Amino acid sequence: MKTVRIGAGAGYSGDRIDPAVELAERGDISYLVFECLAERTIAIAQKARLLDASAGYDPLLEERMQAVLQICGGRGIRIISNMGAANPDAAAAKTCEIARQLGLSGLRIASITGDDVLEDLRGGQQIFEVSEGPLPPIDRWISANAYLGVLPIIEALKDDADVILTGRVADPALFVAPLMHEFGWAQDDWDLLGQGTVVGHLLECAGQLTGGYFADPRYKDVPDLAHLGFPIAEVSSDGSAVLSKVDGSGGILNCATCIEQLLYEIQDPSAYYTPDVVADFSRVSFEPIGANRVRVSGGGGRMRPSTLKVSIGYRDGFIGEGQISYAGPNALARAELARDILAERLASYSLSELRFDFIGLNSIHGSRLSQQAPTAYEIRLRAAGRAVSSASAAWIAREVEALYTNGPAGGGGAFGATREVIAMSSALVPRESVSHRVNILEY
Amino acid sequence: MLLNQIAHARTGDKGNIVTLSLIAFRKEDFRLIHERVTADRVAAHFAELIEGPVERYSLPQLGALNFVLRRPASYTVTRSLALDAHGKCLGSALLALEL
Repeated sequence: MKTVRIGAGAGYSGDRIDPAVELAERGDISYLVFECLAERTIAIAQKARLLDASAGYDPLLEERMQAVLQICGGRGIRIISNMGAANPDAAAAKTCEIARQLGLSGLRIASITGDDVLEDLRGGQQIFEVSEGPLPPIDRWISANAYLGVLPIIEALKDDADVILTGRVADPALFVAPLMHEFGWAQDDWDLLGQGTVVGHLLECAGQLTGGYFADPRYKDVPDLAHLGFPIAEVSSDGSAVLSKVDGSGGILNCATCIEQLLYEIQDPSAYYTPDVVADFSRVSFEPIGANRVRVSGGGGRMRPSTLKVSIGYRDGFIGEGQISYAGPNALARAELARDILAERLASYSLSELRFDFIGLNSIHGSRLSQQAPTAYEIRLRAAGRAVSSASAAWIAREVEALYTNGPAGGGGAFGATREVIAMSSALVPRESVSHRVNILEY
Repeated sequence: MLLNQIAHARTGDKGNIVTLSLIAFRKEDFRLIHERVTADRVAAHFAELIEGPVERYSLPQLGALNFVLRRPASYTVTRSLALDAHGKCLGSALLALEL
């Protein structure tokens, strides 16, 4: 029976590269998928593109392609990635350039566009708000990208693309598209698409399936996280799959790691919305079939939604932050004094929000959940605030630093930063209002 | 007994929504977890950090519960002033629940 082996080469934009090389060399895979585009990443990429028309793709695209292109080319492994970010055409051109430098030839490199709907929306294209509240004023928008589905990727695969670079595409679609292409699954076979989505969702965060983000010493021990191996799915035509990783790589893959990842970022497990299917994870089951090998089955699905989600990136003022440490006897009292001084000083600047935390005491879960904890030997005071202007936000770092010579005894390690906030909001648009394009470069 | 003795958790986020999975180490402990870790109890545990009710989904074949929590509107990963802007550490607080 035919099976297809897909490897996950990245779970986020800055992910490690050596596990992807290991998968390409020793994973016996036909597809290597790099998921590199978090919600906000595309807005930041769009900002870069506004400054330089040839920029706006993933900052590690070049390094990744240099590491895997030759190996994948030699073995017929096809690469699918959303590293195109805000500029898939430029990402494809850059990949051609790298192929040339590496002396490769005959590669077909596809870019997929059409997800960028900013101009359509500015031009009055219909848009529906979702429950999180009103959309930000349109003059603050810097990006608006619709989540494309499997169709343009399948089109590129049919056109014999070896490398496919997309912008905003639903993460599972990067995995479901090659399965539909290989097995000839119909676009309305909702159960198969749902099961394929289960596989895609499990793989899209790469190392999070194989023991990353899992270890809790003595409770959940994971071997060799310094050499974490990334996951492989060997998928059958019925959509069930055997999950594994390269023999000898670090990490662990078992039912517990699989269940954690299945539910990661999932709300109602029976209704996981993607552009291609509303997937049902509620009857998924896992079966261990060997060391670091787990079979997954039981995913289902219902008809795809009539709308597509759009992620909108917008400018939302500035956040200023400063930190300073106090240690030894009476550290907390000195940190509290420092906080009181800052509160008084910062009251005269135009900050719309300001918060103080005592790192080491209650900064993560708030004072109520932290009240059982013993007082720490050292405390780091953190001040963070929001302002409309960069200059106002910058006062936070300045006032924290000024605590050296103007504040309580023994402050040390002051640090501060100010950054522009690129916030994200989402909305829905009619599916028919978005059209994709596939462009193929041959080198 | 603290919940971390019999279960593990992973946190996810989407906008101001936080999702917490809670998974029994041993299937036989799932009944106890299902009985004791109710949506109301989780809402009370996180009262200082969230708004509104908590939704709970049960996946008995996996020995798992899935909780959906809502933080205040300004608490999204891109806008939050919190040190852990994602809210990724919240699952660890869930495991501190006394059974």
